[in-house]
Parts: sequence; structure tokens; C-alpha cells
Amino acid sequence: MAELQLKSVEKMYGNGFKAVHGIDLDVKDGEFMVLVGPSGCAKSTTLRMIAGLETISGGEIRIGDKIINDLTPGKRGIAMVFQNYALYPHMKVRKNLSFGLKLKRKPKDEIEASTGEVSGILEIDELLDRLPKQLSGGQAQRVAVGRALIKSPEVFLFDEPLSNLDAKLRASMRVRITDLHKRLRDEGRPATVIYVTHDQVEAMTMGDRICVMKDGHIMQVADPVTLYEKPANAFVAGFIGMPEMNLADAELTMDGTPKLTLAGQTITAPADLSARLNAAPGPVTLGIRPQHMTIETDGAADAFSGVIHNIEFMGHEVNVHVTIGDAAFIAVVPTEKFNLKLQRGDRVGLRPTGVQMHIFDKASGENVSLAE
Amino acid sequence: MTAMPQISADTLANMEKQRRRTRISSAFRYSLLIIVGLIMVYPLIWMFGASFKTNAEIFSSPSFWPKEPTVQGYIDGWKTSTPYTFAKFFMNSMMIIIPKMIGTAISCTLVAYGFARFDFPFKKIIFSTVIATLLLPNVVTRIPQYLLFRDIGWLDSFLPLWVPSALAGDAFFVFMLIQFLRAIPRDMEEAARVDGANTLQTLIYIVVPMLTPALISVCLFQFMWTMNDFLGPLIYLSSVENYPISLALKLSIDTTEAFAWNQILAMSCLALAPSLIVFFMAQKYFIEGISTGGVKG
Repeated sequence: MAELQLKSVEKMYGNGFKAVHGIDLDVKDGEFMVLVGPSGCAKSTTLRMIAGLETISGGEIRIGDKIINDLTPGKRGIAMVFQNYALYPHMKVRKNLSFGLKLKRKPKDEIEASTGEVSGILEIDELLDRLPKQLSGGQAQRVAVGRALIKSPEVFLFDEPLSNLDAKLRASMRVRITDLHKRLRDEGRPATVIYVTHDQVEAMTMGDRICVMKDGHIMQVADPVTLYEKPANAFVAGFIGMPEMNLADAELTMDGTPKLTLAGQTITAPADLSARLNAAPGPVTLGIRPQHMTIETDGAADAFSGVIHNIEFMGHEVNVHVTIGDAAFIAVVPTEKFNLKLQRGDRVGLRPTGVQMHIFDKASGENVSLAE
Repeated sequence: MTAMPQISADTLANMEKQRRRTRISSAFRYSLLIIVGLIMVYPLIWMFGASFKTNAEIFSSPSFWPKEPTVQGYIDGWKTSTPYTFAKFFMNSMMIIIPKMIGTAISCTLVAYGFARFDFPFKKIIFSTVIATLLLPNVVTRIPQYLLFRDIGWLDSFLPLWVPSALAGDAFFVFMLIQFLRAIPRDMEEAARVDGANTLQTLIYIVVPMLTPALISVCLFQFMWTMNDFLGPLIYLSSVENYPISLALKLSIDTTEAFAWNQILAMSCLALAPSLIVFFMAQKYFIEGISTGGVKG
């Protein structure tokens, strides 16, 4: 079956630069796996190694039970959708779709049937006799997906396929691709997908599981909910979520109950956090999502006192930027709960609700508040 | 409704002045261009006109328009003073040009693709060597080449004239194709590899079609340069039956006691025709090909 396995896969370039540091990843048959990370995190390199467009310096890649390290891209049973579509400019859409099958010397009627089926699924029937330059971005992207789909590969590889589209089209293509994945699964021919993106919205909405990468290392592999609620480390916590999680240096003390000191202010850790804390007292990194803080009057119990330095009114909610000592915090408050009389320069109390509050080890960045 | 802002008489006068100045300036520029252009093209026009004159009239009137147009120059010129007609010389030229052009296109594409897309040991040194031959004056290699071809026994045949070029011997074309290839993104080739194409299939089905404008320029340059080449055939070809057009034109000057200029001019007009026809047919692609980086997304 089309399971994909990466075992201690490494990539070292000729100049000695190590881009990928022995990563392990198991992608189940029919799973939609998203590789996400900031630019330069080697997510595309990893994808290209799976595709066979980059050589592998160490480790092993398997699809099903065959090792594909040294196979040419055409023999790996993969299909790839490129960022800028990479349609063959001199071939009409029909030929673009069927090129792969023709190289495999499939019979003509079979090629025609497949072309018809794929163009039906992707609604590109009326585009078959056009050249790529006569297509809009969204249409070209659909043809590119079609060119992958027609080969019925074991593994689909997507390399930031939506990044060249405008926001509206991107949203609709996102749904289209996930729908297609579900449809194939329902039809009993599940497709394993590896999808590279730098956009966390794409990652969160599309992936069955998400693999967060940084500097050639895997930071965490988990489903979107786990990733959001239980980030394994400060990097994942900061990367996933909009606006990003507030991270600040704090001091943890165990004085009967755990207490947190930030900019000289000490509060008792909320019960929710204390229950899952697994950390030694000392300096830590405190992480609180903007959505999980309430704005109180200055001096309220168990709230950090700070100064508002900006208020962004978004309509349904308000982003309140508060400075506590040196640390900048953002709190996202529903509009109906926000006192609209507050202004820049006002002093307020910021109280963590305890939900989604995390403590990270200062040195390693590991989340030390995940004990069950 | 608000009233339109009043434009003062002064502004109007200024605008009128500006417009007049622009008109005068462009009239001047175009006249100058037309005059210089005419001066440059006049010898050609004169030659074409003179080819329809009698030999006597050529020297009696500077006008290009023949008083008594005649095609006698063409008829006599075509017959030539040799046992062969001019058709034979045209044939000979084509026997050199066609294999040379096809060979150049194929071999230079292969070499350029290798340099532009693959890494191999000593690539930099080999590439520098190729470029170095581009800088080498042709005359420097004439004598060693002559000796080499004499030893192989290729003298007085077409082979020395087209075989070196057909084996990517023209570094200029290799360089031109490499530059063009560098401007083409690799994605399409990678997509083809994922689609299961091997290196040669990628080259033939994907790269060559995208390279077409550049290849047309290569063929066109090679066509014109070979058609006009005089020194090469002069060195390697000794028997008249092998002469290409460039030598044949010279031949009609050599062998006749009183030069029949109208015949020479008539045949020169004919000799120009293939280059002109080929150029105008391929003009569109030619311009696309030499303006490197003209890849549409």
C-alpha cells in the first residue's frame, strides 16, 4: 500500500551545508500530511527528496515496502504539483494531462478515458484545447492537479501549490483539494498526500496531520487540534495560531501552589495550568494565546498590570496590545466584552484564563506543562 | 453642476506651442532617418536596377532605373562561362548549408543542454575552453585545420566545410543556447521527469520546443554566414564543379576578359535571394530568439 516512510533522512549539499538533519516521518496510507514551517526550514527540500528531484545524502525513503532512494522520479509512483504550475507551455491542456501516460505507452483509448475522467472531476473539460498561456491562475492550477491525478500515483506531492493565487481563489482551491482527497477516499482509492506550505491557515484547514519543521528538524507531528492545544515546544506554539501566541520570559516558583512572576509581578498560576505542570522552579518561557486572556481593571487579582499601547478594532473582536514591563502582549477580546472607552496609555490588568496557557523550558523550549 | 475650470489663454497658447515643437522635432528626426536609410540601402537598390540594364548602360547612367529593361544579364549569367549552370552552384551551396545547419542545431542543443543543466567533473574548465575558442580568431586555426583535413583526405570535398560545425564546433551558438536555456525555469523539466521522462525525452519533448525561437536564430545565422562564406570554400575547394555561389560569383569575374557586369550583378541578386527569403520567413522567431529571456509565463 501507499504508506510513506522517511527514516533518518539527511540532505547535505556539496558546500557542506546540512539542510535536513536526519528526519523521521511516517505518513499513513490515504493520509493528508502537511509540511509547514518558515522559509528555509527545508520543507521543500524534503518534498523534492521524496520526489527524486534532489539526491538523498543519508537515510531511507520507502513508499509501501519498496525503498525508493535511488529510483528515478518517474518510477517512484509519485505525482507532483508545482508552485508555478510548470505546465508544458507548448502543449495544449489535453496533451499536458496525457503526457505522463503517453510516456508509459498506455493505449490510446485508455489515455482518452482517463483524460475525460480527470477533466470531469476538476471541471476543466472546456479548457482541454487551450494552451497554458490562455488559462487563468486558478485554471492552470486545476490542470496541474489534473496532471498529477491522471497518473493515479501512490503519493501526491504538492509544493506550495496555492501561493501564486489571490486570497479568494486560494480559499476556494483549498476546499477543492480537500474535497478531492475525501472523494478519492470515499471511492475506495485513498490518496496519500504530502503538502508543503508556509501558510498555517492552509496547514490547519487541510491536513489530517501536520508536520512542523524548523532548520531541517521536525518540531512536532500531530493533528491540527493537538498542535494548537498541546504544542510540543515554544516554536510550534509561536508558529501556529493567529495572532501568534504571546511568549515571554517569566520565573516559576513553587510556594505551595505554582506562582508566576513576570516583570516583577507575581500571580498564582491558574488551576488548569497547575494540574498539568511538570516543571522545576526557575526561569521559564510563558506562553498564552491572545484569545485566552481577559482585560480586567488595573489591580485585579491574578492579573498582570500593563499599559495599552495600541488597540486594533477588527469588527467582531478587538486586538489589544499591552506592554507588561519589557514584554509585548496581544489580547484578542470579543467586541461585546471590550470596554470601548479604553484608550492608548490606559493601565489595565491582563488575566490569563488558564486554558491553553503553557510553560516552556527556557533552555530547550520544550513544553513542560503537558502532564496528564 | 460646477463650472469647468477656466483654461487661460496663456496655457492654451503654451500647449499649442508645445504641440508644434513636438511635430517639428519628429518631422526632422524621421527625415534624417529616411535619408540615412536610403543612403545605406541605395547600393542594393542600384544593384537590383542595374541587373536589368545592358552592360553599356551600367556605366553611362547613375540612375537605378533601366532605360531599356532586359533580362539578358540573368539569362547569360545563369549559363556561366563554365560547363555548369548557376543551378549547380546553388546546389553546391545547399549541399554545404543544409547538413551544416541541421548538424549545428542538433549538436549545439545537446552541448548547451549539458552545460546548462548538468553538473559533471571539470565542467568549469571545459566550459571556459569552449568560450575561449569563441575568442580565438578564425585565421589562427586555418593552417592546422587545413593540414588536418588534408591528412584525412577531405580536401576538395564539402566535408571540411560542414563537419566541424555539425559537431558543435561553433562556440558562439553553444553560448547563445546556454544563455537562452538559463532563462527558462527548470520546473517544466522537473515536471517531465516526475511524469516519467528520461533525460533525452525531456530534451526532445520539453526543452527543444521551448528552445525553438533560439534554434531558429541559430539556423538563420548559420544559413546566412555559410551562404556568405568565401574564405572557407576558397581554401578547401579546388574544382569548379564543387564551387558554392560565393566562389562562383568570383569566377565570373576571373574568366571573362571584359567583365560582364550585368551578369555578375544579376547573379548577385539571385545569390541574395535565399538569405532574404529565409530571413523574412523566420523574422518573428528570429527576433524572439536573439532577445534572450523572452520566455512567456
